[in-house]
Amino acid sequence: MAATDVDTYPSEEMRNLTLGGHVGFDSLPDQLVSKSVAQGFCFNILCVGETGIGKSTLMNTLFNTTFENEEASHYLNGVHLRPRTYDLKESNVDLRLTIVDTVGFGDQVNKEESYKPIVDYIDTQFESFLQEELKIKRSLFNYHDTRIHVCLYFIAPTGHSLKSLDLVTMKKLDSKVNIIPIIAKADTISKSELHKFKIKIMSELVSNGVQIYQFPTDDEAVAEINSSMNALLPFAVVGSSEEVKIGNKMVRARQYPWGAVQVENESHCDFVKLREMLIRVNMEDLREQTHTRHYELYRRCKLEEMGFKDTDPDSEPFSLQETYEAKRREFLGELQHKEEEMRQMFVNKVKETEAELKEKEKELHARFEQMKRMHQEEKRNVEEKRRDLEEEMNSFNRRKNAAETLQGQSLQGSSAQSIKKN
Amino acid sequence: MDAMILQEKLVERLLCPRVRTARQKDKQYVGFATLPNQVHRKSVKKGFDFTLMVAGESGLGKSTLVNSLFLTDLYKDRKLLNAEERINQTVEIIKHTVDIEEKGVKLKLTIVDTPGFGDAVNNNECWKPITDYIDQQFEQYFRDESGLNRKNILDNRVHCCLYFISPFGHGLRPVDVEFMKALHEKVNIVPLIAKADCLTPNEIKKLKDRVRDEIEKFGIKVYQFPECDSDEDEEFKQMDKELKECTPFAVIGSNTVVEARGQRVRGRLYPWGIVEVENQSHCDFVKLRNMLIRSHMHDLKDVTCDVHYENYRAHCIQEMTSKLAQDNRMDSPIPILPLPTPDLETERLIKMKDEELKRMQEMLEKMQQQMHEKDQ
Repeated sequence: MAATDVDTYPSEEMRNLTLGGHVGFDSLPDQLVSKSVAQGFCFNILCVGETGIGKSTLMNTLFNTTFENEEASHYLNGVHLRPRTYDLKESNVDLRLTIVDTVGFGDQVNKEESYKPIVDYIDTQFESFLQEELKIKRSLFNYHDTRIHVCLYFIAPTGHSLKSLDLVTMKKLDSKVNIIPIIAKADTISKSELHKFKIKIMSELVSNGVQIYQFPTDDEAVAEINSSMNALLPFAVVGSSEEVKIGNKMVRARQYPWGAVQVENESHCDFVKLREMLIRVNMEDLREQTHTRHYELYRRCKLEEMGFKDTDPDSEPFSLQETYEAKRREFLGELQHKEEEMRQMFVNKVKETEAELKEKEKELHARFEQMKRMHQEEKRNVEEKRRDLEEEMNSFNRRKNAAETLQGQSLQGSSAQSIKKN
Repeated sequence: MDAMILQEKLVERLLCPRVRTARQKDKQYVGFATLPNQVHRKSVKKGFDFTLMVAGESGLGKSTLVNSLFLTDLYKDRKLLNAEERINQTVEIIKHTVDIEEKGVKLKLTIVDTPGFGDAVNNNECWKPITDYIDQQFEQYFRDESGLNRKNILDNRVHCCLYFISPFGHGLRPVDVEFMKALHEKVNIVPLIAKADCLTPNEIKKLKDRVRDEIEKFGIKVYQFPECDSDEDEEFKQMDKELKECTPFAVIGSNTVVEARGQRVRGRLYPWGIVEVENQSHCDFVKLRNMLIRSHMHDLKDVTCDVHYENYRAHCIQEMTSKLAQDNRMDSPIPILPLPTPDLETERLIKMKDEELKRMQEMLEKMQQQMHEKDQ
């Protein structure tokens, strides 16, 4: 049955019907949940910050485990990204966590190119996802999504304002990834300084048009907590890989001669808030935003670059298939055209060379003729000379004979006369 | 007899009370043991001056530390730049001069600030304005010294440079290394670990060892404390040894006074405790202050005069004489100096060109020979 045969009620409004009893489709979210749990989740974090600012320690503290990491050197020539993937399990939920570290960020004397490797990495992940989407035989549900879902930007606790490198980098990243700025090593800032510092950072971000991630306030369940957290950005965090005995418990803390900074104490730092927001409340939203906003933007730019449009000059919607066909035809046409051109060029060249060769041949012939003529002339000359010479020789011989006979006669005559005298 | 009594009375009046007892003991006493006191009196009358330079990235607490060191507020109306203004910032040199007095001793203190150092995105050669400034001061002093009227020479030479190392990293950064290498032969560098209240005692020790190793590895010549004389007492030697092992000092500064253990002290108030700036178990601020002001201030000035300035002066004079010799080809006006060392660079170039010429000549000869043989 062709699609056009189906009857459709002409322009009918959607009606809301009330149910007479319990049908049971309210279990749809649960089905979705159990399917997702079975499938497992994946989450990718990018940590951007200068060497030694505490990125690895914070990751260890956030996920309450020890990821393997070596201390980075300050003397690398450029920035490079180091992704590491781990499989974590909590209750019955699997999480494939990828942590991408920026090694060497902020160390060089000239930091103008520092943001480039980061942007390139993010684009590469988008590109591989796009390629997978555009494949003919694709398996998106099996695909290991490596797109960066959140970028934790570590701000050094100077107490004054953002560094110039921070501003430049965040501006380049804000349209590609969800940025959550955090103040690292916050145990060096006192409460009053912290308040001023946070205000200064946010005002600088706003005045420079940097869009950081806002926790979503449209879902009623979490709107209130999210909006209050939005006002506390950037979070001032402290991380610790050591545990200290406080009271009668072992807690993660940093022990100083003047006291111990407890990581999970909300009056000491905002670590708990960060963990709450990042992992417990908004992880799924971060993934969604990455897919629906940042990835779509990338995809649109990329396809527009390739020449695809959504509407043709007559404002009729194009289908992707038509566009594909059109592109393919165009491409083949171009290919043929190029082939023709090359063939023409080749033929021309051959003709030229032939013409040249012919000319050369003619020239050679001419020379040959000329030489032959010269040779014949010479030969004639030489013949003539030879005849002349022969004639001379003959006449000389005759004269010689004549002279001889005359001499012989004169001798005979003189001898006859002498006999006569006697 | 009268003359002798008169002389004794005069000597008594000139001497300070404490030396009088010594004199009374020793009848052969001449009196030049009073020289230190005379020097003391004269120098108190003249007053002292000291120029201190602070260098390091923004936000490491330099201004706060200077305020804590000299217990004044030098940076009252300071305007800090925003991040976007700092993207292409160049380094400025700002001088603050204050006259402070303590127990009759006057000190003219000059703090040379270097805002903008290491703040831009591209920090290539960001130390150049600083080295230029130091050279300028040397040059000005050199000129004054060689001038006709030498009564009131103003000494603006930088006596000490406190370099602030960031505690957030794992050691020295490339910009730190390059800065110190550019300046270690022009000024006394005292490296400090800034904002040490973000490091636990273990971490401080690790960082100090790291920084010391890296300083040695890169061949940076920081200011060395002079060795104490062998006749000093044990306590002093012990203190001196401790001081040397503590470098680079991990310091904390504060502009505020807090109440701690019943006293009002300079410190920083945190929810988890109070950091006292002058508590030796919290940081090395006291050691730094003692070293910089109470014991080694004059040594810093001496090293600047005797080592760094002399280096500069010798270099300057050599340049001048070599230039003169090139221009006039006559004896240098200061015949005591040895012959000017010719520029190594040009000599090397000349040698290279000579060798090239020789090689080309040989090749030419060979070719000529070959042609000759061919002809035959």
